[in-house]
Amino acid sequence: MALDEIHGVWQVVIALMLVVGGVFALVGAVGMLRFPDFYMRLHAPTKATTLGVGGVLLASMAANWGQGNYGLHELLITLFLFITAPVSANLMAKAALHLRVPSKAPVPEDQPRP
Amino acid sequence: MTEPGQREAARRRGGWFDHPALSVLLAAVWLLVRESLAPADLIFAVVMGLVVPRLAHGFLDKAFKPRALFTAVRFTFIVLWDIVISNMTVARIVLDPRSSPRPCWITVPLATHHPGAITLLATIITTTPGTVSCVVDDVRWEILVHALDCDDPQAMAAQIKQRYERPLMEIFE
Repeated sequence: MALDEIHGVWQVVIALMLVVGGVFALVGAVGMLRFPDFYMRLHAPTKATTLGVGGVLLASMAANWGQGNYGLHELLITLFLFITAPVSANLMAKAALHLRVPSKAPVPEDQPRP
Repeated sequence: MTEPGQREAARRRGGWFDHPALSVLLAAVWLLVRESLAPADLIFAVVMGLVVPRLAHGFLDKAFKPRALFTAVRFTFIVLWDIVISNMTVARIVLDPRSSPRPCWITVPLATHHPGAITLLATIITTTPGTVSCVVDDVRWEILVHALDCDDPQAMAAQIKQRYERPLMEIFE
């Protein structure tokens, strides 16, 4: 079944979820531009990977269901993102602390920085 | 006379079902990848679930056996809800041109020493927008968190412990 044969209401739902996902991904990108220091910019991708990708994945699932498919691969994408995204954020933050990248908020004095 | 040695080898090799949660997860992921319940896929899922944890036994931490299933399900929804809410909070900070976020560093002391619980806690802290866990310190047992906008670090640390760490301890310990 083609995408445009899905029921109209369902199409609107899918479109809405795509828009919501897109908006949050955009907000993440704007945050990346606006925030003054490295650690604050680090927050932008966590947002893009949660509601941004989340919205697009929900839309994809809905489209698959509407077409009579399973649409279960999206669950896997969610799982893999949940496993990998925080690890990269953590590694970047650790590397930045190690290199003493300046932070707008004062870093606690007693933090060991090998 | 070789018995202690054999037992030692068996312990190191691990049994077929020493990591039930991992076995189930692997089988489920395989079925999801295939998107089918055909006999061949079912058989392969079971084989994967049994063989992989056994082979990887030496590299794995203590097996995770989920307790408190109800808490786990409720906790999942709490986290999903928090992700949505904090997404909107952060979106407002980003889009409001007059906003001046007050970033700060928060030290969250850990009450649990369970590696799985700590990993999940750090993951959840990063996944909820507005906080990123930067250093997981397993010498002093604390997580260094960077918050995007926070005026009371102590309250935020307490909230993280109360809202996420406590249910995780219930599930893991």
